[in-house]
Amino acid sequence: MNVLSTGSQALGKTAQPKKRSQWADVWRRLKRNKMAIAGLIIFLLLCTAAITAPLFYNFDTDIVSINIPNRLQPPSAQNWFGTDEMGRDIFARVVWGSRMSLFIGITSAAFALIIGGFFGAIAGYFGKMSDSIIMRVMDIFQAIPGTLLAICIAAALGPSVINLIIALSVSFAPSFARVVRAPILTIREVEYIEAAKAIGAKPRTIIFNHVLPNCLAPIIVHTTLAIAIMILITSGLSFLGLGIQPPMPEWGSLLAGARGHIRDHSYMAFFPGAAIMLTILSLNLLGDGLRDALDPRLK
Amino acid sequence: MWKYILKRLLALIPVVAGVILIVYLILNIAPGDPARIALGDEVSAEVLHQWREEHGLNDPILIRYLRYLAGFFTGDFGNSFSPLQTPVFDEIMARFPYTIFLSVVAMVITFVLAFPLGILAAIKQNTWFDSISMFVSLIGVSMPIFWLGMLLLLWFSLGLGWFPSFGADSFAAVVLPAVSLGFSSMASMARTTRSSMLEVVRQDYIRTARAKGIGYGRVIRKHAIRNSLIPTLTIAGIQIGNLLTGTVIVEQVFAWPGIGSLMIQSILARDFPMVLGCMVLFTLIFAIINLIVDLAYAYVDPRIRAQYS
Repeated sequence: MNVLSTGSQALGKTAQPKKRSQWADVWRRLKRNKMAIAGLIIFLLLCTAAITAPLFYNFDTDIVSINIPNRLQPPSAQNWFGTDEMGRDIFARVVWGSRMSLFIGITSAAFALIIGGFFGAIAGYFGKMSDSIIMRVMDIFQAIPGTLLAICIAAALGPSVINLIIALSVSFAPSFARVVRAPILTIREVEYIEAAKAIGAKPRTIIFNHVLPNCLAPIIVHTTLAIAIMILITSGLSFLGLGIQPPMPEWGSLLAGARGHIRDHSYMAFFPGAAIMLTILSLNLLGDGLRDALDPRLK
Repeated sequence: MWKYILKRLLALIPVVAGVILIVYLILNIAPGDPARIALGDEVSAEVLHQWREEHGLNDPILIRYLRYLAGFFTGDFGNSFSPLQTPVFDEIMARFPYTIFLSVVAMVITFVLAFPLGILAAIKQNTWFDSISMFVSLIGVSMPIFWLGMLLLLWFSLGLGWFPSFGADSFAAVVLPAVSLGFSSMASMARTTRSSMLEVVRQDYIRTARAKGIGYGRVIRKHAIRNSLIPTLTIAGIQIGNLLTGTVIVEQVFAWPGIGSLMIQSILARDFPMVLGCMVLFTLIFAIINLIVDLAYAYVDPRIRAQYS
């Protein structure tokens, strides 16, 4: 579900006993970094809230149903974050919004990793023609700022969750291709790859069993930070009206809805934004911590 | 050096052609017939056909792309789908100065604050100044710019009434959009400056300089800052790119009449020639900034300069 578990699963399959101790080492280093652990805990709490939200709220009656007599109530014991212009509980909508943001962020990062990783691995491993063709195409894609490309694709496809995921994964696949390619270029020259080739291993086996596990570190860090960026862009697009559409709650579209009431009901603009900030903060802390923990030079 | 710049500028041409192709294809998969969107449902098939003919939409996509490309390099970006059919180039040029002005002010705020903040935080590592400035930057990199924009609007415009809340009629109007645009870049650059500065002050040549009896301040000014600039420059390039992208959202929050808001309005109105023009312009600026950053490396680092000559 999150980056860490996919990373360790992929390793679990291929890792020898000695390798596992290396990952225990990484975990030990990560544990020492209080900020990173704080980030990890916040992120896991947000994921828990997103997954368990349907246990506490019913989508039809609590999230989207209109209750005009109760509209625009300031925060109280009843409605912790107040209510919006339709009388809906903002706390419930912010919690439900985390389902959207986290789902889109994590899924898009996963797809971008798969698409970009595939091309990056081919370019890095086979080199020569395939490398120069793939990387020239990636250059052109990367010449367009990622956020703008995502806006453009989302605008062309029309607003929906699937289209947002397509837009984000296509826009960010080139950056993943780069991150996957660079370490493969160096690893491919190492002796144990030579040895694997000598005993007749297929390229696929070599890439998945020998090359990828050894260049996971930058990929894990990049994926963590990419989830953060994708959540930011999702909320940005929804804020502009090009992403998740009301009445479906999403942090960005909640903020867009709050714009009209900002003068008299500023609490409406506060909580959804704070939710985005908390999510991005936790992922940034975790990503920075992972970068340090995965770097064996920093003991 | 000039040969290198020229080579880089020429290398831009195929990239721009490629970018236009990608954006052109993306915008063409959009559902909905532009003629119907422009003219409404009430018109006859003949009128629709006539409109498509006028806008050159009846030809195959490759022909249209090549025609656009040929026009592009002569400064003709086509005409808007809007009823006025304004030339895209004119509209973009009318809006462009606003975006440049906003981005430059944001950039100045970013650089003027980020460098001293990062350097001071590094020099005063583990003091309250360091902790506070790094905490603020951590918040800064995690804040969505439109939320920051809304909060600034709430406090400084609606609350204190210091700045106008929308438009670009006075000089004060640029303050809030520029601050919300620049804050996250400032935060991110301050963090990079700090960490690269911390790395540099641990180097042997710094210790050597100190051992020679040079004062601490002079070592920092003459030896440390310049060497710590290289990673910061990389981030600066990325951050200027982020600033540009950020204008798309910030301009919308503050109703700033630049290219960013033009692009979003055109997207919502399905005015694709205008969207295409904005996208291509953003990409061009992005590419030129990358070129400038590469040249700045050479300016800062004599080792890189030696490679060019």
